[in-house]
Amino acid sequence: MTETATSDALVKLTKKDFESDQEVRWCAGCGDYAILAAVQKTLASLGAKREEHIFISGIGCSSRFPYYMNTYGFHTIHGRAPAIATGLRVARPDLTVWLITGDGDALSIGGNHFIHLLRRNVNVNVLLFNNRIYGLTKGQYSPTSEVGKITKSTPYGSIDEPVDPVSLALAAKATFVARTSAVDVKHLSEVLTAAHEHRGTAMVEIFQNCPVFNDNAFDSITDRSARSSQQMLLRDGEPLIFGEQKEKGIIFEGFTPRVIDHGGNGLLEKVVRFDKQDKHLAMLLAQLPYPEFPVPMGVLYEENRPVYEEALHAQIASATAKKGKGDLKALLLGNDSWTTS
Amino acid sequence: MKTKTLSRVAIRFAGDSGDGMQLTGARFTQETARLGNDLATKPDFPAEIRAPAGTIGGVSAFQIHFGDQEIFTAGDEVDVLVAMNPAALKANLKDLKQNGLLICNRDAFHEKNLAKVQYTTNPLDDESLKTKYRLVDVDISTQTARALEGLSLSTSGKEKCKNFFALGLACHVFTRNVDDTISWIERKFAGKEELIKANVEALRAGIAFAEASEILAEQFEVQSADLPSGTYRNLTGNQGIALGLIAASELSGRPLMYGSYPITPASDILHELSKYKNFGVRTFQAEDEIAACCSAIGAAYGGALGVTGSSGPGIALKQEAIGLAVSTELPLVIVDVQRAGPSTGMPTKTEQSDLLQVLFGRNGECPVAVLAVSQPDDAFETTLEACRIALEHMTPVFLLSDGHIGTGSQPWAVPNPESLAKISPPLVSETQAENFKPYARNEQFVRGWALPGTKGLEHRIGGIEKQDITGNISYDPENHERMVKLRAQKIAKIAETFPATRIVGDQEGDVLLLGWGSTRGAIEGAVKELRAEGHRVGYVHLRYLNPLPNDLPEILSRFKRVIVPELNSGQLRFVLRATYLKEIEGFSKVQGQPLKIREVKERVISTGAVA
Repeated sequence: MTETATSDALVKLTKKDFESDQEVRWCAGCGDYAILAAVQKTLASLGAKREEHIFISGIGCSSRFPYYMNTYGFHTIHGRAPAIATGLRVARPDLTVWLITGDGDALSIGGNHFIHLLRRNVNVNVLLFNNRIYGLTKGQYSPTSEVGKITKSTPYGSIDEPVDPVSLALAAKATFVARTSAVDVKHLSEVLTAAHEHRGTAMVEIFQNCPVFNDNAFDSITDRSARSSQQMLLRDGEPLIFGEQKEKGIIFEGFTPRVIDHGGNGLLEKVVRFDKQDKHLAMLLAQLPYPEFPVPMGVLYEENRPVYEEALHAQIASATAKKGKGDLKALLLGNDSWTTS
Repeated sequence: MKTKTLSRVAIRFAGDSGDGMQLTGARFTQETARLGNDLATKPDFPAEIRAPAGTIGGVSAFQIHFGDQEIFTAGDEVDVLVAMNPAALKANLKDLKQNGLLICNRDAFHEKNLAKVQYTTNPLDDESLKTKYRLVDVDISTQTARALEGLSLSTSGKEKCKNFFALGLACHVFTRNVDDTISWIERKFAGKEELIKANVEALRAGIAFAEASEILAEQFEVQSADLPSGTYRNLTGNQGIALGLIAASELSGRPLMYGSYPITPASDILHELSKYKNFGVRTFQAEDEIAACCSAIGAAYGGALGVTGSSGPGIALKQEAIGLAVSTELPLVIVDVQRAGPSTGMPTKTEQSDLLQVLFGRNGECPVAVLAVSQPDDAFETTLEACRIALEHMTPVFLLSDGHIGTGSQPWAVPNPESLAKISPPLVSETQAENFKPYARNEQFVRGWALPGTKGLEHRIGGIEKQDITGNISYDPENHERMVKLRAQKIAKIAETFPATRIVGDQEGDVLLLGWGSTRGAIEGAVKELRAEGHRVGYVHLRYLNPLPNDLPEILSRFKRVIVPELNSGQLRFVLRATYLKEIEGFSKVQGQPLKIREVKERVISTGAVA
């Protein structure tokens, strides 16, 4: 027995060990494949145990994800995964919970739960697959679709303003907010690892292409050739620079951000240094309009704040320490009982 | 002073929402319970926290019926009415028996208050009131203020103590002790000496006034009831449910997680449970009804006793999530403290109109177990039973209560926890990992509960149709039909665990009254009186509404007629007729008020149901 236990502990699982026996049924070329592979690989690299990781999803293409993971998984109902994940964490704070959701699931039908999950800071990792379209219902515009989007339900173009998940998360007091893309697997894996390490809700927006209903939605940002000029990779403590030669930077004139060319003229010192614990900076960066400014990618914000379910269990522990473990007999009797004979 | 012995008495305290009538009633109830009387109470208050003062809409009332014998309801009519203002008099006088004791606070019968309820003259000066009732016309506010002279409290602060004056008066008339109330006041206002003094003084002034009053020439006593020997406490239906949930958690070894969103009249369950953190109880006030239900499902998935509670409108919101728990076959208890609907309806008024909603209000073929609490002293046991079924049969279970049960109270024979049966959920252990199949079933058609974190049992569940046994996603037509049937059969098989159905009164005969939920007291009281008058009447009260007890059809066949009294338009009747293809008569009352004994009796007699 001892031997088995020892060898068990030594066996490090591989990516393959996290793949379930179910056939993956996303469309060919779907961005979800890359995310699935990155998650499986990340878990293997973290030395994770299969039984301790729970994948909870709502409804949508991305929400089929749990079926493809050889871990515990719960495919729930539209928009409600945050509430189910909260209940699970309250019952089982020992488990690691991943929440798989999409732009419609998290921001439309589940918008309320998304906000409350973030403000409570429940310890789950939220992977928000943003493809700016409804895929599973076959191509209606989503809450992240740009104004004027022509879809089956908006033949004259959509007229409602899209929501930005990163800005929304910051406003909802999320303690970890990141953005990455499915086509940059290295960056994706880095962000997944950082999300996993964070205590509290980690909200990761993942740009993900839907080749069938919204192909090339992020090409201008995520294409290999465009990345350096269209994205600004955030590194804690480093200046906010981008461009093919990293020649551009962001400065603030008062509260107004401006792009400058710092190359060779000694202006690098003026470029803002990124601090992931600076909420004001994160909110400003989240609001940078594209394409006038590049899209900030990476961990925009991280804060250490008490975790909801840990606080709940701390209350249980302190009440138990103060009053002693509950005695059912005394509870049933109450303070005002009487006896008849 | 003479003391007269009465067998049973109903008193109603009525006043403005801010007059403290609920508290007065609750204290009187506690003193009565202490004396060993059997009792039943009915609080009746507006949904508005402070409706405009002095109006009919703002009247808050508390009724208690107590006696030296078994008390079935809070009373059809009252022997005593305490009316703290004209609105309270106007709204409640119709329920006071002729020659009943009427205690009024004259100070509140001023022009402004009289005008608010369209009294053109002061009814207290009306001779007809004095001839029809025994009017005790007291200037309660003035008397209270006089008793509290010398205390530094403000005039309005003193005015607020007048309910204790009324309580003292009532306690004296009915020979109740006030010692418990005094120590209660001391606990409640600990550290606020002036308030303790004021309330105790007001209470004593009420007693002193009653002693000196000529109108109250008599005192009444009610002998203690011959309750079976044991230890009792007074408790409300909502408290009974909360205690039942905690006990079920202990008996099953599963931590209790209660997810809820505040709603009248169910919120008290959340309030009650949130006190008991040292029992490991996890309460979660969710962002909405849907999240409340989903959090309980998430907790159940993790191995907890997951419970959500609400009332009708909230239940409607939870239904999709309940369907998920049906499909994933997870244990879940959904408490529905029903209120008058549809929509917002009358939040503080009682009704039994959610039965069809809980049976059929979900998409797809979606069977669940449904149990109903019948009265406050039944809440604990029925809750335990609902939890047993949920945990041992891996299914959502609805536990129906209603506003009348939830806020009403009764003496409850406190059980010894050691006498309660253990609850054994079908947990799957690590040692059973080999060949583990998430949707394999036992002989009760119940699947195993494999908890996340258990090595070797990793599996996926969800709301998509799944293959029998493996649980893998399946769109196979035959498999879907098989799963629909399996889910239905699993619920049907729960009936095999039910005890034999008990018939009260005649075991066969002319009429069977069939009830469920809070109509029990009224029906049982009516059956007792009808039988005393020589009628052959039996009575069955259903705790199990889905599945129905297997012995029910045979019982129905023993009676010439079956009548189902309900606080709805005939929902159980609809189900029984559809299930048994049998003529079943209904008796509906949909007024937001409990059924009365008299109403049931009249229904049975007036239709010639009995000879």
